[in-house]
Amino acid sequence: MAEAKKYPAPVGNPETAPFWEAARQGRFMIKRCTACGEPHYFPRSICPFCFSDKTVWEESSGEATIYTFSLMRKSPSGPYAIAYVTLKEGPSLQTNIVDCDMDKLKIGQKVKVVFKPTDGAPLPFFTPA
Amino acid sequence: MTIKGKAYIAGIYEHPTRHAPDKSTAQLHAEVARGAIEDAGLSKADIDGYFCAGDAPGGLMPMVDYLGLDMKKLRHIDSTDTGGCSYLIHLGHAAEAIAAGKCQVALVTLAGKPRTGAMPPRAAGAEADFETAYGQTTHNAYGMCAMRHMHDYGTTSEQLAWIKVAASHHAQYNPHAMLKEVVTVEDVLNSPMISDPLHRMDCCVVTDGGGAMIVTTPEIAKSLKKPLVRLIGHGEATKGPRGGKDLDLTYSAGIFSGPRAFEEAGVTPKDMKYASIYDSFTITVLMQLEDLGFCKKGEGGKFVADGNLISGTGKLPFNTDGGGLCSNHPVNRGGMTKILEAVRQLRGEAHPKVQVKNCDLAVAHGTGGLLGVRHAASTCILERV
Repeated sequence: MAEAKKYPAPVGNPETAPFWEAARQGRFMIKRCTACGEPHYFPRSICPFCFSDKTVWEESSGEATIYTFSLMRKSPSGPYAIAYVTLKEGPSLQTNIVDCDMDKLKIGQKVKVVFKPTDGAPLPFFTPA
Repeated sequence: MTIKGKAYIAGIYEHPTRHAPDKSTAQLHAEVARGAIEDAGLSKADIDGYFCAGDAPGGLMPMVDYLGLDMKKLRHIDSTDTGGCSYLIHLGHAAEAIAAGKCQVALVTLAGKPRTGAMPPRAAGAEADFETAYGQTTHNAYGMCAMRHMHDYGTTSEQLAWIKVAASHHAQYNPHAMLKEVVTVEDVLNSPMISDPLHRMDCCVVTDGGGAMIVTTPEIAKSLKKPLVRLIGHGEATKGPRGGKDLDLTYSAGIFSGPRAFEEAGVTPKDMKYASIYDSFTITVLMQLEDLGFCKKGEGGKFVADGNLISGTGKLPFNTDGGGLCSNHPVNRGGMTKILEAVRQLRGEAHPKVQVKNCDLAVAHGTGGLLGVRHAASTCILERV
């Protein structure tokens, strides 16, 4: 078994602290605007669509489909799959598809969130569902 | 208000080097500045506007000081940084400043040495904690665009390869090109996979070097000896994931900057005799051609295939210097060289083997940042007078 890849710890800031606190409890959060109803990711205080400050935290199902991906064949830490996935709730986000057979990845494939440890808060990744 | 015809590109210079371990980055900026000033037939004392981007060591203020620009004369400065397309935006902004009477002779410089050593990292944005851990690079960010474009429109690696093939046909005539060998579609497909679906030959070169231009008023340009080339339309735009709503990586901000430029110029893509299209990767060219309206969205693959971009035989001669794919991509920023080759074409100064006959209208277009993530785009329509 290869040694687990080391990921950088999130730096965090007052605006995103609740996201990382939830991540420590294994919960994957998105933001939703209660003024226009739109969810977004990564989290902002002010809605990027209607610019209202009435945004609230919401736990995501963590269920998503692969929008696109690319296999980086060589890197100092070995090959990896970078991807955009689209959450069941709507927003798309950048991530890695981990713990998978990279050669079998497909656009449209179902994936789910999985957290990986860092020296700080854990980071969200996605893996085939 | 319009900038149409209010600014002329009177001087251009592309540094012949592609590897400069024996020079400093500031020195390269000075060398390209001198080259462009000499090409215009002006002197440094004439410069009253200066434009540079993130490649200038320390930013604009140290660069102005190093170059020794006249502080009593210099009255317009702009350090807009949008990555590789900064210089296309600078050209538009210089025209705005000239039209508004804020300066008369603007110098724009680009230079750096990524082939000699690693470039300093960019400052992180608000997205850093939510993206940097995933190993986003230029290659895989563009790879993700290509992957989705293939999925949505059936674009193939063979079609992408034709873009590199066309660039290599042009590069064989450029004595300064880093890669002068003509390659085939098979060569591209057989080159190692870097980040699916992009092969090594789908990627541009990494070069040291730089370029510069002089933008000036119609009156000053007409008093000089060079053929007259003017800007008649300019557009700029940005695009990003914006909270993750309706993500679509198959188009770029060129879909906004292109129409703005063509409308201002009062011309259409069909009128273009030559196109300089930013070619950080083959997919960059294909998407830009669609976004600018040279063909419908999704039909870029068909448009570029079978040598359609090769000067003399294809319908749309592009990047006749060999472009970033084969000749030069100084500082990982291709916007300046896109303008320079378009000006050579309009002046009739391109290599005879690739010179477009009666080239009186050209587009220079580029993107900066990462096409698959956050980027800017700028489109410039240039005319020989």
